[in-house]
Amino acid sequence: MTSFVQGRRLTIALTGEIDHHRAAEVMQTIGQKIAEYLPKVCVLDFRDVTFMDSSGIAVVIRAHRRMHELDGTVLLRNIPPQPWKVLHAAGVERIAEVERSVPV
Amino acid sequence: MKKTENYMLLEIPSRSANESFSRSAVAAFAARLDPTMEELGDIKTAVSEAVTNCIVHAYPNEIGVIQIKCKILSGNVLDISIKDHGCGIEDLSKAMRPLYTTGSDERSGMGFTIMESFMTSLKVTSKVGKGTTVHMKRKIVDRGEKR
Ligand SMILES: Nc1ncnc2c1ncn2[C@@H]1O[C@H](COP(=O)(O)OP(=O)(O)O)[C@@H](O)[C@H]1O
Ligand SMILES: [Mg+2]
Repeated sequence: MTSFVQGRRLTIALTGEIDHHRAAEVMQTIGQKIAEYLPKVCVLDFRDVTFMDSSGIAVVIRAHRRMHELDGTVLLRNIPPQPWKVLHAAGVERIAEVERSVPV
Repeated sequence: MKKTENYMLLEIPSRSANESFSRSAVAAFAARLDPTMEELGDIKTAVSEAVTNCIVHAYPNEIGVIQIKCKILSGNVLDISIKDHGCGIEDLSKAMRPLYTTGSDERSGMGFTIMESFMTSLKVTSKVGKGTTVHMKRKIVDRGEKR
């Protein structure tokens, strides 16, 4: 997973299939990067996510908790239709800002 | 009774690396119903939820057996049952409530809610100490194309 920082904004590009098999590793990476850069906004970019199940919801909740501790927020961006359906079913809009600009 | 037009049986050990394999195998089996991307995504998500539950909850401290049975029924219906011989569920209606989880904070408690809303029907039977079977059906819209 690649990431970059602009000012106080940390962007992490998630990739591949986010399921239970990979969730722990993804959570750990996000947690480490947040701890390293202490951003105000953590952007999770879903452009290259090819599949996501409810394990991904727990990933977003964890990121939200970390950012909340820092008085910051989470922004989800470029969410393809399949992950979006899962995130929306869980009402993710209540804990993260959502920017959806991916063509279906 | 609907006629079974095709079927598949798949047995796998409850290793997390098999999550990806099992949902892909079911998707490949369903392909001859000519599902849309959205239908395929729904099916893969529901299978992933059920198989993950076997791995995480049914067999928390051991590698057990997961049986996946798929049928294509007349009328473009995909019928999937996912069975484990693990610990079973004591209170099913409680377990199926949104956000209810006995797992760690790596779980969200949304698995059953997603299976229920992404599939046409969901039926769960379980017995403590014996195991759990998740039975789901999904009607695939016939787009009138020749196969
Ligand atoms: N196959 C299973 N065997 C035993 N318990 C299960 C099984 N599937 C689900 N459960 C129980 O039902 C609860 C809810 O499942 P689910 O909605 O998928 O949420 P989650 O997996 O995030 O906990 C689980 O926490 C677990 O207690
Ligand atoms: Mg689950």
